[in-house]
Amino acid sequence: MTLQPERHILVVFPHPDDEAFSSAGTIRLFRNMGVPVTYACLTLGEMGRNLGNPPFATRESLPEIRRNELIAACEAMGIEDLRMMGLRDKTVEFEDDEKMVKLVTDLINELNPSLIITFYPGYAVHPDHEATARAVIEAVRRMEKEKRPRIYAVAFANNTMAKLGVPPIVHDVSSVKEDKVAALRAHHSQTAWMMAETNHRAEEGKPMSDSWFNVESYYLYTFDD
Amino acid sequence: MKEVNINELQALLNSFANKDVYIHLETTNGAYASHFDEKVFNSGAFIRNVKIRYELGKVVDDSPHRVGLKMEHGWVYAQGITHFELDEHGRLLMAGLDYTGKLAVALEISETPFSY
Repeated sequence: MTLQPERHILVVFPHPDDEAFSSAGTIRLFRNMGVPVTYACLTLGEMGRNLGNPPFATRESLPEIRRNELIAACEAMGIEDLRMMGLRDKTVEFEDDEKMVKLVTDLINELNPSLIITFYPGYAVHPDHEATARAVIEAVRRMEKEKRPRIYAVAFANNTMAKLGVPPIVHDVSSVKEDKVAALRAHHSQTAWMMAETNHRAEEGKPMSDSWFNVESYYLYTFDD
Repeated sequence: MKEVNINELQALLNSFANKDVYIHLETTNGAYASHFDEKVFNSGAFIRNVKIRYELGKVVDDSPHRVGLKMEHGWVYAQGITHFELDEHGRLLMAGLDYTGKLAVALEISETPFSY
Protein backbone atom coordinates (compact mmCIF):
# COMPACT_ATOMS: atom_id res chain seq x y z
CA MET A 1 0.00 0.00 0.00
CA THR A 2 1.15 3.53 -0.74
CA LEU A 3 2.09 5.66 2.22
CA GLN A 4 0.06 8.80 2.74
CA PRO A 5 1.77 11.92 4.11
CA GLU A 6 1.59 12.38 7.87
CA ARG A 7 1.83 15.56 9.93
CA HIS A 8 4.21 14.02 12.45
CA ILE A 9 4.89 10.45 13.49
CA LEU A 10 5.59 9.50 17.09
CA VAL A 11 7.29 6.14 17.55
CA VAL A 12 7.18 4.71 21.07
CA PHE A 13 9.06 1.53 21.93
CA PRO A 14 10.88 0.43 25.09
CA HIS A 15 14.10 -1.05 23.71
CA PRO A 16 16.75 0.03 21.25
CA ASP A 17 16.15 -2.33 18.28
CA ASP A 18 12.35 -2.68 18.71
CA GLU A 19 12.01 0.10 16.15
CA ALA A 20 14.48 -1.46 13.72
CA PHE A 21 12.94 -4.92 13.71
CA SER A 22 9.37 -3.69 13.37
CA SER A 23 9.53 -0.40 11.54
CA ALA A 24 12.91 0.64 10.11
CA GLY A 25 11.65 0.50 6.52
CA THR A 26 8.41 2.30 7.27
CA ILE A 27 10.24 5.03 9.16
CA ARG A 28 12.78 5.43 6.35
CA LEU A 29 10.03 5.68 3.73
CA PHE A 30 8.23 8.36 5.74
CA ARG A 31 11.47 10.25 6.30
CA ASN A 32 12.17 10.11 2.56
CA MET A 33 8.78 11.83 2.09
CA GLY A 34 9.88 14.53 4.54
CA VAL A 35 7.55 13.46 7.36
CA PRO A 36 8.98 14.38 10.79
CA VAL A 37 9.51 11.36 13.04
CA THR A 38 10.16 11.41 16.78
CA TYR A 39 11.33 8.24 18.45
CA ALA A 40 10.75 7.96 22.19
CA CYS A 41 12.85 5.00 23.30
CA LEU A 42 11.99 4.29 26.90
CA THR A 43 15.05 2.30 28.05
CA LEU A 44 18.54 1.50 26.85
CA GLY A 45 17.95 -2.24 26.88
CA GLU A 46 20.14 -2.49 29.96
CA MET A 47 19.04 -6.07 30.59
CA GLY A 48 19.94 -7.42 27.19
CA ARG A 49 21.15 -10.98 27.67
CA ASN A 50 23.55 -11.28 24.79
CA LEU A 51 27.00 -10.41 26.14
CA GLY A 52 28.87 -12.93 23.98
CA ASN A 53 31.07 -15.85 24.99
CA PRO A 54 33.84 -14.76 25.10
CA PRO A 55 32.04 -11.62 26.27
CA PHE A 56 32.22 -8.28 24.44
CA ALA A 57 30.42 -6.40 27.24
CA THR A 58 29.41 -6.56 30.87
CA ARG A 59 26.04 -5.92 32.47
CA GLU A 60 27.40 -2.47 33.38
CA SER A 61 28.95 -1.54 30.02
CA LEU A 62 26.03 -2.69 27.86
CA PRO A 63 23.83 0.44 28.26
CA GLU A 64 26.46 2.76 26.77
CA ILE A 65 27.05 0.34 23.90
CA ARG A 66 23.35 0.21 23.17
CA ARG A 67 22.99 3.99 23.44
CA ASN A 68 25.55 4.37 20.66
CA GLU A 69 23.91 1.63 18.60
CA LEU A 70 20.56 3.39 18.94
CA ILE A 71 22.03 6.68 17.72
CA ALA A 72 23.61 4.91 14.72
CA ALA A 73 20.35 3.09 13.92
CA CYS A 74 18.45 6.38 13.99
CA GLU A 75 20.91 7.79 11.47
CA ALA A 76 20.22 4.81 9.20
CA MET A 77 16.48 5.41 9.48
CA GLY A 78 16.78 9.18 9.14
CA ILE A 79 15.32 9.88 12.59
CA GLU A 80 16.47 13.31 13.70
CA ASP A 81 14.48 13.56 16.93
CA LEU A 82 15.50 10.73 19.25
CA ARG A 83 14.32 10.91 22.85
CA MET A 84 15.92 8.57 25.35
CA MET A 85 13.42 8.50 28.19
CA GLY A 86 15.65 7.12 30.93
CA LEU A 87 13.61 4.18 32.21
CA ARG A 88 15.25 0.87 33.01
CA ASP A 89 14.81 -2.26 30.94
CA LYS A 90 12.41 -4.82 32.45
CA THR A 91 10.97 -2.30 34.94
CA VAL A 92 8.52 -0.39 32.72
CA GLU A 93 5.49 -2.36 33.93
CA PHE A 94 6.36 -1.57 37.53
CA GLU A 95 6.42 2.20 37.04
CA ASP A 96 3.40 4.16 38.21
CA ASP A 97 0.70 3.76 35.54
CA GLU A 98 -0.28 7.43 35.62
CA LYS A 99 3.34 8.49 35.24
CA MET A 100 3.56 6.31 32.14
CA VAL A 101 0.38 7.76 30.65
CA LYS A 102 1.65 11.28 31.36
CA LEU A 103 4.95 10.51 29.66
CA VAL A 104 3.04 9.70 26.47
CA THR A 105 0.49 12.51 26.87
CA ASP A 106 3.29 15.06 27.22
CA LEU A 107 4.87 13.82 23.99
CA ILE A 108 1.52 13.97 22.17
CA ASN A 109 0.81 17.47 23.45
CA GLU A 110 4.23 18.66 22.36
CA LEU A 111 4.39 16.98 18.96
CA ASN A 112 0.74 16.74 17.85
CA PRO A 113 1.37 13.53 15.89
CA SER A 114 -1.09 12.31 13.27
CA LEU A 115 0.23 8.75 13.65
CA ILE A 116 1.74 6.79 16.52
CA ILE A 117 3.64 3.54 16.03
CA THR A 118 3.90 1.27 19.06
CA PHE A 119 3.07 -2.26 20.20
CA TYR A 120 -0.39 -3.82 20.32
CA PRO A 121 -1.33 -4.47 23.96
CA GLY A 122 -1.97 -8.13 24.68
CA TYR A 123 0.03 -9.27 21.65
CA ALA A 124 3.47 -7.83 22.33
CA VAL A 125 5.07 -10.71 24.29
CA HIS A 126 7.63 -8.82 26.39
CA PRO A 127 6.43 -7.16 29.62
CA ASP A 128 8.06 -3.85 28.65
CA HIS A 129 6.34 -3.98 25.26
CA GLU A 130 2.99 -4.57 26.94
CA ALA A 131 3.49 -1.76 29.45
CA THR A 132 4.54 0.65 26.72
CA ALA A 133 1.53 -0.24 24.60
CA ARG A 134 -0.87 0.12 27.53
CA ALA A 135 0.47 3.60 28.31
CA VAL A 136 0.18 4.76 24.69
CA ILE A 137 -3.33 3.37 24.23
CA GLU A 138 -4.54 4.92 27.47
CA ALA A 139 -3.02 8.31 26.66
CA VAL A 140 -4.75 8.34 23.27
CA ARG A 141 -8.02 6.95 24.65
CA ARG A 142 -8.22 9.95 26.99
CA MET A 143 -8.08 12.39 24.09
CA GLU A 144 -11.11 13.83 22.37
CA LYS A 145 -12.16 11.36 19.72
CA GLU A 146 -11.66 13.81 16.84
CA LYS A 147 -8.16 14.71 17.94
CA ARG A 148 -6.78 11.24 18.39
CA PRO A 149 -3.84 10.24 16.20
CA ARG A 150 -4.13 6.90 14.44
CA ILE A 151 -2.20 4.06 16.04
CA TYR A 152 -0.22 1.50 14.04
CA ALA A 153 0.28 -1.37 16.45
CA VAL A 154 2.91 -4.08 16.16
CA ALA A 155 1.76 -7.54 17.25
CA PHE A 156 3.80 -10.71 17.22
CA ALA A 157 2.49 -13.00 19.94
CA ASN A 158 2.04 -16.58 18.79
CA ASN A 159 -1.75 -16.22 18.82
CA THR A 160 -1.82 -12.93 16.87
CA MET A 161 -3.12 -14.28 13.57
CA ALA A 162 -5.70 -16.46 15.31
CA LYS A 163 -7.06 -13.59 17.39
CA LEU A 164 -6.51 -10.47 15.28
CA GLY A 165 -6.49 -11.93 11.79
CA VAL A 166 -4.34 -10.76 8.94
CA PRO A 167 -2.76 -7.35 9.58
CA PRO A 168 -4.59 -4.73 7.50
CA ILE A 169 -1.63 -2.39 7.09
CA VAL A 170 1.19 -3.88 5.04
CA HIS A 171 4.08 -1.75 3.88
CA ASP A 172 6.34 -2.91 1.08
CA VAL A 173 9.71 -1.64 2.30
CA SER A 174 11.81 -3.47 -0.29
CA SER A 175 12.91 -0.16 -1.84
CA VAL A 176 14.62 0.76 1.46
CA LYS A 177 15.69 -2.75 2.41
CA GLU A 178 19.33 -1.67 2.58
CA ASP A 179 18.43 1.02 5.11
CA LYS A 180 16.54 -1.52 7.19
CA VAL A 181 19.51 -3.86 7.11
CA ALA A 182 21.77 -0.94 8.09
CA ALA A 183 19.53 -0.10 11.04
CA LEU A 184 19.54 -3.73 12.19
CA ARG A 185 23.29 -3.91 11.75
CA ALA A 186 23.67 -0.75 13.83
CA HIS A 187 22.19 -2.70 16.77
CA HIS A 188 25.22 -4.92 16.54
CA SER A 189 25.13 -6.26 20.10
CA GLN A 190 21.62 -7.56 19.49
CA THR A 191 21.70 -8.59 15.86
CA ALA A 192 25.24 -9.71 14.96
CA TRP A 193 24.44 -13.38 15.36
CA MET A 194 21.25 -13.11 13.34
CA MET A 195 22.86 -11.08 10.55
CA ALA A 196 25.74 -13.56 10.32
CA GLU A 197 23.29 -16.44 10.05
CA THR A 198 21.38 -14.62 7.30
CA ASN A 199 24.61 -14.09 5.33
CA HIS A 200 25.68 -17.68 5.90
CA ARG A 201 22.44 -19.06 4.55
CA ALA A 202 22.54 -16.71 1.57
CA GLU A 203 26.08 -17.87 0.74
CA GLU A 204 24.91 -21.46 0.84
CA GLY A 205 22.16 -20.60 -1.62
CA LYS A 206 19.30 -21.10 0.85
CA PRO A 207 18.51 -17.63 2.10
CA MET A 208 16.07 -17.27 4.95
CA SER A 209 12.68 -16.08 3.94
CA ASP A 210 13.46 -12.42 3.64
CA SER A 211 9.86 -11.31 3.86
CA TRP A 212 10.55 -9.52 7.11
CA PHE A 213 13.23 -7.44 5.39
CA ASN A 214 10.74 -6.44 2.70
CA VAL A 215 7.41 -6.18 4.47
CA GLU A 216 6.33 -4.43 7.67
CA SER A 217 2.83 -5.05 8.97
CA TYR A 218 0.64 -3.30 11.50
CA TYR A 219 -2.79 -3.51 13.04
CA LEU A 220 -4.80 -0.34 13.31
CA TYR A 221 -5.72 0.03 16.98
CA THR A 222 -9.27 1.30 17.29
CA PHE A 223 -11.39 2.44 20.23
CA ASP A 224 -14.95 1.44 21.01
CA ASP A 225 -16.35 4.96 21.35
CA MET B 1 35.32 -10.20 31.59
CA LYS B 2 37.47 -13.29 31.50
CA GLU B 3 36.89 -16.86 32.57
CA VAL B 4 36.94 -17.47 36.29
CA ASN B 5 40.33 -17.96 37.85
CA ILE B 6 39.57 -19.29 41.32
CA ASN B 7 42.52 -17.73 43.11
CA GLU B 8 42.03 -14.30 41.55
CA LEU B 9 38.30 -14.28 42.14
CA GLN B 10 38.65 -15.52 45.73
CA ALA B 11 41.13 -12.71 46.47
CA LEU B 12 38.68 -10.15 45.05
CA LEU B 13 35.80 -11.57 47.10
CA ASN B 14 37.99 -11.31 50.20
CA SER B 15 38.74 -7.67 49.41
CA PHE B 16 35.05 -6.69 49.74
CA ALA B 17 34.41 -8.65 52.94
CA ASN B 18 33.40 -6.77 56.08
CA LYS B 19 32.58 -3.62 54.12
CA ASP B 20 29.27 -2.01 53.28
CA VAL B 21 28.79 -2.93 49.62
CA TYR B 22 26.07 -2.60 47.00
CA ILE B 23 25.08 -5.71 45.10
CA HIS B 24 23.42 -6.50 41.82
CA LEU B 25 22.01 -10.01 41.59
CA GLU B 26 20.11 -11.23 38.58
CA THR B 27 18.97 -14.51 37.16
CA THR B 28 16.86 -14.96 34.07
CA ASN B 29 15.94 -17.32 31.29
CA GLY B 30 14.95 -14.43 29.06
CA ALA B 31 11.72 -12.52 28.54
CA TYR B 32 11.04 -14.49 25.37
CA ALA B 33 11.65 -17.95 26.81
CA SER B 34 8.02 -19.06 26.79
CA HIS B 35 7.35 -17.22 23.51
CA PHE B 36 9.87 -19.42 21.71
CA ASP B 37 9.01 -22.56 23.66
CA GLU B 38 5.67 -22.71 25.42
CA LYS B 39 6.92 -25.54 27.61
CA VAL B 40 9.44 -23.25 29.29
CA PHE B 41 8.40 -21.81 32.63
CA ASN B 42 9.63 -18.24 32.55
CA SER B 43 11.19 -17.11 35.80
CA GLY B 44 13.85 -14.77 37.04
CA ALA B 45 14.82 -12.48 39.89
CA PHE B 46 16.55 -9.13 40.04
CA ILE B 47 17.90 -6.98 42.83
CA ARG B 48 20.10 -3.93 42.36
CA ASN B 49 21.76 -1.47 44.68
CA VAL B 50 20.89 -3.20 47.89
CA LYS B 51 23.48 -2.55 50.55
CA ILE B 52 24.82 -5.58 52.37
CA ARG B 53 27.84 -6.54 54.43
CA TYR B 54 29.26 -10.04 54.24
CA GLU B 55 31.77 -11.65 56.53
CA LEU B 56 32.74 -14.49 54.22
CA GLY B 57 32.69 -14.72 50.44
CA LYS B 58 33.56 -17.94 48.70
CA VAL B 59 33.83 -19.18 45.13
CA VAL B 60 33.62 -22.95 44.72
CA ASP B 61 36.01 -24.68 42.32
CA ASP B 62 33.41 -26.49 40.24
CA SER B 63 32.75 -25.00 36.83
CA PRO B 64 30.40 -23.25 36.21
CA HIS B 65 31.07 -21.86 39.64
CA ARG B 66 28.93 -21.04 42.61
CA VAL B 67 29.63 -17.92 44.64
CA GLY B 68 28.20 -17.47 48.15
CA LEU B 69 28.28 -14.54 50.54
CA LYS B 70 27.62 -15.22 54.23
CA MET B 71 26.12 -12.30 56.11
CA GLU B 72 25.40 -11.80 59.77
CA HIS B 73 21.74 -12.73 59.28
CA GLY B 74 21.61 -14.49 55.94
CA TRP B 75 23.03 -15.46 52.61
CA VAL B 76 23.46 -14.36 49.03
CA TYR B 77 24.52 -16.85 46.40
CA ALA B 78 24.69 -17.24 42.65
CA GLN B 79 25.02 -20.42 40.65
CA GLY B 80 26.51 -20.72 37.16
CA ILE B 81 29.24 -18.06 37.31
CA THR B 82 31.65 -18.38 34.38
CA HIS B 83 33.28 -14.95 33.95
CA PHE B 84 34.49 -12.06 36.11
CA GLU B 85 36.35 -8.79 36.08
CA LEU B 86 37.26 -5.92 38.36
CA ASP B 87 36.04 -3.04 36.20
CA GLU B 88 37.52 0.45 35.84
CA HIS B 89 35.37 1.66 38.75
CA GLY B 90 36.71 -1.00 41.11
CA ARG B 91 33.50 -3.06 40.96
CA LEU B 92 33.61 -6.83 40.99
CA LEU B 93 31.43 -8.03 38.11
CA MET B 94 30.63 -11.73 37.87
CA ALA B 95 28.43 -13.31 35.24
CA GLY B 96 27.31 -16.70 34.06
CA LEU B 97 27.24 -16.80 30.27
CA ASP B 98 25.58 -19.76 28.61
CA TYR B 99 27.02 -21.61 25.64
CA THR B 100 25.53 -19.09 23.20
CA GLY B 101 26.88 -16.05 25.06
CA LYS B 102 23.67 -15.10 26.79
CA LEU B 103 23.74 -13.95 30.38
CA ALA B 104 22.00 -16.43 32.67
CA VAL B 105 23.08 -15.04 36.04
CA ALA B 106 24.98 -12.01 37.34
CA LEU B 107 26.38 -11.10 40.73
CA GLU B 108 28.13 -7.76 41.13
CA ILE B 109 29.68 -6.11 44.18
CA SER B 110 30.58 -2.44 44.50
CA GLU B 111 31.48 0.00 47.26
CA THR B 112 29.53 2.72 45.39
CA PRO B 113 25.99 2.42 44.02
CA PHE B 114 25.52 1.10 40.50
CA SER B 115 23.85 3.42 38.01
CA TYR B 116 20.03 3.60 38.13
